[in-house]
Amino acid sequence: MKHTISVLLQNKPGVLSRVTGLFSGRGFNIESLCVAQTLDPDVSNLTVVSRGDDNVIEQITKQLHKLIDVIKVVDITEKEYVEREMVLIRINAEAHTRAEVLRVIDIFRGKVVDVSAKSYAVEITGSASKIKAVIDILRPIGIKEIVRTGIIAMSRAAKTK
Amino acid sequence: MGKITGSQAIVKCLQEEGVKTIFGYPGGAVLDLYDALMSSDIKNVLVRHEQGAVHAADGFSRVTGEVGVALLTSGPGATNGVTGIATAYMDSIPLVILTGQVPQPLIGNDAFQEVDIVGITRPCTKHNYLVSKLEDLVPTIREAFHIAKTGRPGPVLVDLPKDLVASSLNYPVKTPVQMPSYQPTYVPHPVQIAKACRLIMAAKRPVLYVGGGVILSDANAELTELAQKLNIPVTMTLMGLGAFPGTHELSMGMLGMHGTYTANMAVAECDLLIAVGSRFDDRVTGKLEDFASKSKIIHIDIDPTSISKNVKVDIPIVADCKNALTSMNLWFDKESNFDLSEEAARHKPWFDTISDWTAKHPLSYTDSDTIIKPQYVIEKLLEFTKGEAIITTEVGQNQMWAAQFYKFNQPRHFVTSGGLGTMGYGLPAAIGAQMAFPDKTVIDIAGDGSIQMNIQELATAKQYGCPVKIAILNNSFLGMVRQWQELFYDRRYASTTMDVTPDFVDLAKAFGAVGLRATKKDEVIPVIKEALATDNTVIMDFKIEKEEGVYPMVPAGKATTEMLLV
Ligand SMILES: Cc1ncc(C[n+]2csc(CCOP(=O)(O)OP(=O)(O)O)c2C)c(N)n1
Repeated sequence: MKHTISVLLQNKPGVLSRVTGLFSGRGFNIESLCVAQTLDPDVSNLTVVSRGDDNVIEQITKQLHKLIDVIKVVDITEKEYVEREMVLIRINAEAHTRAEVLRVIDIFRGKVVDVSAKSYAVEITGSASKIKAVIDILRPIGIKEIVRTGIIAMSRAAKTK
Repeated sequence: MGKITGSQAIVKCLQEEGVKTIFGYPGGAVLDLYDALMSSDIKNVLVRHEQGAVHAADGFSRVTGEVGVALLTSGPGATNGVTGIATAYMDSIPLVILTGQVPQPLIGNDAFQEVDIVGITRPCTKHNYLVSKLEDLVPTIREAFHIAKTGRPGPVLVDLPKDLVASSLNYPVKTPVQMPSYQPTYVPHPVQIAKACRLIMAAKRPVLYVGGGVILSDANAELTELAQKLNIPVTMTLMGLGAFPGTHELSMGMLGMHGTYTANMAVAECDLLIAVGSRFDDRVTGKLEDFASKSKIIHIDIDPTSISKNVKVDIPIVADCKNALTSMNLWFDKESNFDLSEEAARHKPWFDTISDWTAKHPLSYTDSDTIIKPQYVIEKLLEFTKGEAIITTEVGQNQMWAAQFYKFNQPRHFVTSGGLGTMGYGLPAAIGAQMAFPDKTVIDIAGDGSIQMNIQELATAKQYGCPVKIAILNNSFLGMVRQWQELFYDRRYASTTMDVTPDFVDLAKAFGAVGLRATKKDEVIPVIKEALATDNTVIMDFKIEKEEGVYPMVPAGKATTEMLLV
């Protein structure tokens, strides 16, 4: 099963290679990985998406936690959470497809960020399933290039009465 | 206080940490440090190869429980140390390895003797550092000691750029190390303890399966108390030997690939396995599905990642072994409806079964009147050292025979590379152990192959007057590999015949040590007696039965009940 794991870690040199080295060294898979500073410049947040049975995921979270620079590990898949990914897509946009492209982008609430004679570059943000849907629809029109950020995720706030 | 140099600060910091002996080898990047060390009371043991330095520090640590320290120069000095570091990592041995690094402005430029040792050792250290700010120098070394010896211990490497070490700084006052992101769990959860104890009381066929964690946490007394209080038979892993007295009537000896018949059968048939400071290594479990498959499992370990990694456990207890065992002993002391004689009575049929196994298949070998059997040599070493020697080993058959036939009654007396299985470990580790206990008998039980891997350390032993004894079980083969070839490769001895080996007696002499040889059985005792009476480094070259095997043996991947017997 797919799991999204959110990790807080000390923002120190080499810390990312400790995390990726752990995954490669122990044969865990990484589907996507995103890392950036939090409000505290000494602390980074890392979101990693991995796949595995319960034992594997348990090992991944425990092993991550064992890294000296790791402050907190949460498998947020077990909770209510929001996930987002941003994708930049360069798509064929010749005279006869331009309107169609714009319509699709509009439906998915995307934005055109670069325009040339033969293509648009568009920006779309959403959950993994939305990104997949938009790619599936645009593919027949002709995707020339695609760049994805990988998934970031956040637990939903606890419900208050 | 005025400013001091970085190297003086490092030395001062080492002194604060209680370091009296370090093992190392100099070079351009650590010249300042060696200079500062020379004016201190810390003894630097100059080894002959950096691998030897790390193994010696490791041996020193295993027998004392203290953090071992090695100092290596940059580049090749550091890379030579890597096998030693990985060896310590696999066996959770607390070390601090200080490596010199090229000056900061040169880092990343492929400078002379520059190597990214932090990158290289990331997967085989508990943690490592490249110090990049002068004010971090001392705090980093303090942190390194703290990490090395707390939680599940392990080696920590600190890489020291030469320019930092040569700069001047104000020595920071020692304050407790604070690491919010590193908080090992020492104290067991009382609910888990109670659950475990109830399970133990309900068990009819319990077994204690004890690993190196018990030795690392100095919990042998607590373990022995528990085993005796509840009348539970004990089996130990290679790393756990000595955690429980090997000659105790409750001891079943070692389990696993070359474990005793009794221990392996007991684990297969038990209804409760109490794993303490052990990690269900594949050499212990054999085929996982069949390991302790009829039993509930309690697992005590300070490292949560060890729990349920290979085998799903019923009651996990994350804690220091000593604390957990103490809590369990207390629980039983307070539990009113607990009666030892009742426990003993309840386990009676279990002990009968165990005695039957031992009677049927004791640990044994076929002796000879003339040819030297390696097991006989170990038995005689045991006899003439009264079981009180510190035994280090190389790797292979020699290691397994030592584990099987030398009965360890005390912890920290068996020093062997378990997890990594590093040939060449035994001699430098023996030197480290001898440095810690100059008056003890320290014996490296060796193979003729392994001993050649770090034979140069004989010079170190001589230089520092270490009277270590080396017992080479000389079969002119890479024996353990040959045994696998005999059993599983049709006796095709590919690259395992040591056709050319040095004359070990002459070799000893060349180093200024003493060389003795036994080629017939009746020469064994005189050689051992003479060696033990000699106040010098001694090589005993025992020409043993060439194709002797280590038995019992569980073929790799088989269930541990599928043992090949003598
Ligand atoms: C550094 C290293 N290289 C290779 C091996 C693989 N290996 C395991 S046991 C063994 C044979 C050891 O031979 P020897 O030291 O003569 O001991 P014996 O088994 O004959 O007692 C070898 C080559 C190892 N464990 N370590």
